[in-house]
Amino acid sequence: MAEVNTDDGGGHGKHDKKRAKKSSTRIDMTPMVDLAFLLLTFFVLTSTFSKPKTMEINFPAEPPPGVEPMKVNNALTFIMTIDNGIFYYDGEFYPEGNAKGVPPTTLIKTDFSSEGLHKLLLERNKPTITAIDKLKEQLMKKEIADTTYKRLAVGEKGKKDALTVLVKSDDKAIYKNIIDVIDELNICNVGKYAIVDMGQKELDLLNATNK
Amino acid sequence: MAKIKMPKSNPSLDMTPMVDLAFLLVTFFMLTATSRVTEPVIVDTPSSISDKLLPENVIMISIDAAGKSFFNINNSDVRKRTLEKMGQQYNITFTEEEKKRFGGMTSFGVPIVPVPGYTGVLLKEYINMEDSKRVTTKSAGIPHDSLHNQLRDWIQFGRIEAAKQAKAQKEKAEKLDRPFKYEPLRFALKADGKTNYIAVKEVIKVFTDIDIYRFNLITDLEQGPTAE
Repeated sequence: MAEVNTDDGGGHGKHDKKRAKKSSTRIDMTPMVDLAFLLLTFFVLTSTFSKPKTMEINFPAEPPPGVEPMKVNNALTFIMTIDNGIFYYDGEFYPEGNAKGVPPTTLIKTDFSSEGLHKLLLERNKPTITAIDKLKEQLMKKEIADTTYKRLAVGEKGKKDALTVLVKSDDKAIYKNIIDVIDELNICNVGKYAIVDMGQKELDLLNATNK
Repeated sequence: MAKIKMPKSNPSLDMTPMVDLAFLLVTFFMLTATSRVTEPVIVDTPSSISDKLLPENVIMISIDAAGKSFFNINNSDVRKRTLEKMGQQYNITFTEEEKKRFGGMTSFGVPIVPVPGYTGVLLKEYINMEDSKRVTTKSAGIPHDSLHNQLRDWIQFGRIEAAKQAKAQKEKAEKLDRPFKYEPLRFALKADGKTNYIAVKEVIKVFTDIDIYRFNLITDLEQGPTAE
């Protein structure tokens, strides 16, 4: 068997027994901690925490040729244009000198502030908002279940006489404005809205109004 | 007067709990990290109150502020097969290596075949670029005018391949008697807030032409209006 040579020269003193050197069990952890925090920082900074949020929306299909556009009651139309401009009109569009002899539609200017669009929608959509607030109250008092509330709220928004909003834009409007309007519609509990193309007569009126 | 002697304390402290915590966090972040992918384009999305999460199974079209469109499919297998089908459609063969590279890429915005007046990079060349070079390459966007509607083809083939993959997964799950949760393919639009709406409208037209009407518009989350 191999023998370990323990002779270390002049080591024959008082102690004959060889003793292991007593060393501290503590090790210096600083470098490890440094590394750990470096990695931690790296992963915190590179990880993308949240998935992006999305807004679901349905676009209307092109109506088949020859089909009259549907008549909507209680409609409101928003028209977006350059420089965050936003106009609206009530009900149907009547061009100047129309066959029915109705006074021509005029565009009313509004803006994206809480005093403009938000206030207007709150006012116009009051019946739906009141109804939904009532449902919310019932939900808070636990009179109705969560799912029932959702179903009733959707039903309330989709009522026949609920406010219907059409969102139109000319070629110069920016995407943010469209999103802002849809967002505001969602905030104000408008359930029936659509992004649709603008007619030529409406465009002419818009250009005449927004000089 | 006798001086009060402060007790002598050891300046080194026990770091074990801290190290434990640090490594726990490192492990957590390593496992949850989905590393941030460098997209060829920066899109500053507008904000809304919607808090719905983006579904996993999506075809995403990004539109930058200049109105250029970029295409992306989240699922890398579907990406690869879509590339193969697009290659067949446009008579371009992609090697296995190229398909693999494409599967690992993010969104891209270069045409697969040149359109009249286009002199920039084509998809094959773009795939074979080094990652660092690809990031600096300017993309012209995927053409989607009525004559050269490559974007429509990408969406169509992506849709078909995604459906095929879902079917294959379902069959596999049934064979193994495992539950299968089908997640329908969704179409996401990620447009910059400053984009002219007309550019977004053109892309939406590409979708509605092939009977896709439901979209997920990607927005940043903002706080709802607070009651005064």
